[in-house]
Amino acid sequence: MNITGKKVLSQFGPFLGLIFVFVLFSILCPPAFTSVYNIKTILTQSVIVGIAAFGMTMIIISGGIDLSVGSQIALGTVVVATVLNMGDTGAEMGFMWPLLAALAAIAACAVCGFIIGRFISGFNIVPFIVTLGMMQIARGVAKWIAKEQTVTTPPNWLQDLMLLDPQPEWLFFGPGVWITLILFILMTVLLRYTVFGRYIFAIGSNEQTARLCGIPVKYYKTAIYTFSAFFTGVASIMQYSNLTVGDPTAANGMELDIIAAVVIGGGSLSGGEGSALGSIIGALIMAVLRNGCNMLGLPNYVQEIIIGVIIVGAVLVDRLKHRIKA
Amino acid sequence: MQQESAVAGNWLLRLENMAKSFGPVKALRQVNLQVKAGEVHALVGENGAGKSTLMKVLSGAHQPDSGNMYLDGREYKPHSPAAGRLAGIAMIYQELMLAPHLTVEENILLGLEKTKFGFLQNQKQKVHEALTWLGQENLRPNMAVNRLSIGKQQLVEIARALVTDARVVIMDEPTSSLTAADAQALFGVIRRLKEKGISVIYISHFLEEVFAVCDRYTVLRDGETVATGNLTEISTPGLIRHMIGRSVDELYPAIPHQLGETVLQVDSLVTQPYHKTVSFTLRRGEILGISGLVGAGRSEVIRSIFGLEKVRQGQVKIKGKPDLQAIYLNPNQALNADLDLLSENRKEEGLALNLSIATNLTLSALNKYAKNGLLNLQREQAGAADWMQQLQVKSQDPLAPISSLSGGNQQKVCIARLLHHNSDILFLDEPTRGIDVGSKAEIYRLIQTLAGQGKAIVVVSSYLPELLGICDTLGVMYRGQLSNIKPIKDWTEDDIMHFATSGVEAES
Repeated sequence: MNITGKKVLSQFGPFLGLIFVFVLFSILCPPAFTSVYNIKTILTQSVIVGIAAFGMTMIIISGGIDLSVGSQIALGTVVVATVLNMGDTGAEMGFMWPLLAALAAIAACAVCGFIIGRFISGFNIVPFIVTLGMMQIARGVAKWIAKEQTVTTPPNWLQDLMLLDPQPEWLFFGPGVWITLILFILMTVLLRYTVFGRYIFAIGSNEQTARLCGIPVKYYKTAIYTFSAFFTGVASIMQYSNLTVGDPTAANGMELDIIAAVVIGGGSLSGGEGSALGSIIGALIMAVLRNGCNMLGLPNYVQEIIIGVIIVGAVLVDRLKHRIKA
Repeated sequence: MQQESAVAGNWLLRLENMAKSFGPVKALRQVNLQVKAGEVHALVGENGAGKSTLMKVLSGAHQPDSGNMYLDGREYKPHSPAAGRLAGIAMIYQELMLAPHLTVEENILLGLEKTKFGFLQNQKQKVHEALTWLGQENLRPNMAVNRLSIGKQQLVEIARALVTDARVVIMDEPTSSLTAADAQALFGVIRRLKEKGISVIYISHFLEEVFAVCDRYTVLRDGETVATGNLTEISTPGLIRHMIGRSVDELYPAIPHQLGETVLQVDSLVTQPYHKTVSFTLRRGEILGISGLVGAGRSEVIRSIFGLEKVRQGQVKIKGKPDLQAIYLNPNQALNADLDLLSENRKEEGLALNLSIATNLTLSALNKYAKNGLLNLQREQAGAADWMQQLQVKSQDPLAPISSLSGGNQQKVCIARLLHHNSDILFLDEPTRGIDVGSKAEIYRLIQTLAGQGKAIVVVSSYLPELLGICDTLGVMYRGQLSNIKPIKDWTEDDIMHFATSGVEAES
């Protein structure tokens, strides 16, 4: 009983943090902060980091890290835009070409993820180094494809994914928010209720134990990075939707926001711990902070300092919790 | 006061009523230890008796819960290993604690540099003196220690103790990974330390070594001092009786079991690091013990067959399964071929410590609860709870973290994982390492019961009495080479030690 109580607490720790910052800004900010319109804004602003954080959660639970996510997102936006332009006949775009472009972006990211996974598992190079390399490579390839400029595209339905007031109106939230929700459910089920998910935890908690228990660790590591890149691909489509152009310089440094979201949500960089719920809450906490600070007219550096403090604070609270348990 | 100083003159080191707990586990209850100046004092006891904990307390690595320590009649209360070292207590651990990339000299002076800053020349002289005194003039002080043999590395540690003017040197299983020649050299060094008036606390499982180099003994059992005295006044069986605390029959139950047909045949397996050929067969219902010194390649043999370590060549034939080439084996395949292995290293390899008991227990056979990759968590927990009950794991909740259990109970979960997977051939690597006597007895009983059910079992152990107590057949390893496998009654302790230290079978 006591243990389940603690489990609930560790699940709700980040949630209490979210409520705290929300209530804090509700008091400090003008009433516009709690308006429906602003809440829609906050949710939409956390879509990109949130979706990418789901993939990162998998990786971090498995004891890895991926520094190339920001570059992959930029690459994704460029791929979307380039494929869209290939199908541009001057007439209305229709449904199929944009869908194809979106799938191409996901595929581009998945290729990055697959290569990362193969290098980590096949040659035993630490994820930090492999993904540091991929961060440069993906960014370079994005610039190469885009010829070092933004790629403008004809209007199409992908650009509507991040709208605050979507059509049809009964959707209420933009399609991006709903897609995030679906992916959240998908990742939660994967981590909690599948053999794959259990193996991710086992590999992250103790790779040697995983091997001893007959888990093909190398195979699963490749699978983890590839599948995670699927989420990065979806995030890149959302980024394109936001920008409405392909931008090889987009999402610079976003990988750190994404990692921060996972860590604030209880993910442990030494592996074996983390949850999709925690990560999306982490993303929301940062979105609330940014939004609130903007509304208060605080300069950018204040936001950065606060977010920095929260990252370290979240991990500190987590450590203290562990110490009490031990 | 007069009496106090008289006692102080007699005893260099006194430990009184030491106690120390780790969570629910009482590692030390009531330990007393007295060491004279210039004597070699044997500290013996089974694994888990509290020897290592006591030495960690003495060296300052752990703080005792209660009890007093006196060094030279003065109260001694180290708050860190550095303080212990400064007071004159030098610890030489079983796993050597050298910085592998630093040189001999840098290692010897590690932690002493700052105090003598500016007098580098002086220090060099000290290092040279220490090495010369140990008879190691040829050891170049600027050589990286990872290029030295284990035996030489140990001498570097001892040199480190000399440089700090240690009064008491603690050696924890110093010969466990030494060759016979290096061990003899070490005994020579110990005698010289003694002549210099330095006391040595000598911890070892090898009782014949204890009788050869030590003057007096203290026996620990379940965290208590149970006997102390002169080694000239006690016999080996007498010492063992103190260590176990009960008759051997009680600890090792005899559950009748029949040996059946051959289920595993290993042919010309060549393992790292010795590149010697190993072949053996295992029958249904057989408990085969593999003895030998640490580092003789015992674990490597079973780990290679299980696919955890690289192999040069070899065939593995398992009854009812296609023949396997050892080079291509991996644990996944081995598990599918009805092999399973209990790791000797519970914390580093055996268990995922931040996951739950249930997760650890079911990990090797998760597919029992999966349908199309989806897990049925309720059935999994029920399955885990069932095994926990059968092996009497002291926890009700399968979702509790495995780290909340004591060593003995963690080991039961490891064994439960093997039983849950239900392989017919079990490799048990040091199945009772670091667990209390009570849990040991339960595990011995369990191993015998499993053999009675027709499982074929290989037990690798450094602890000879347990092999003699539970095995049907026994083989001994010496530097990668496996002796003939003979029925247990055809072996004597002397024969086993003879092969383990020389690689030559004793004349019968």
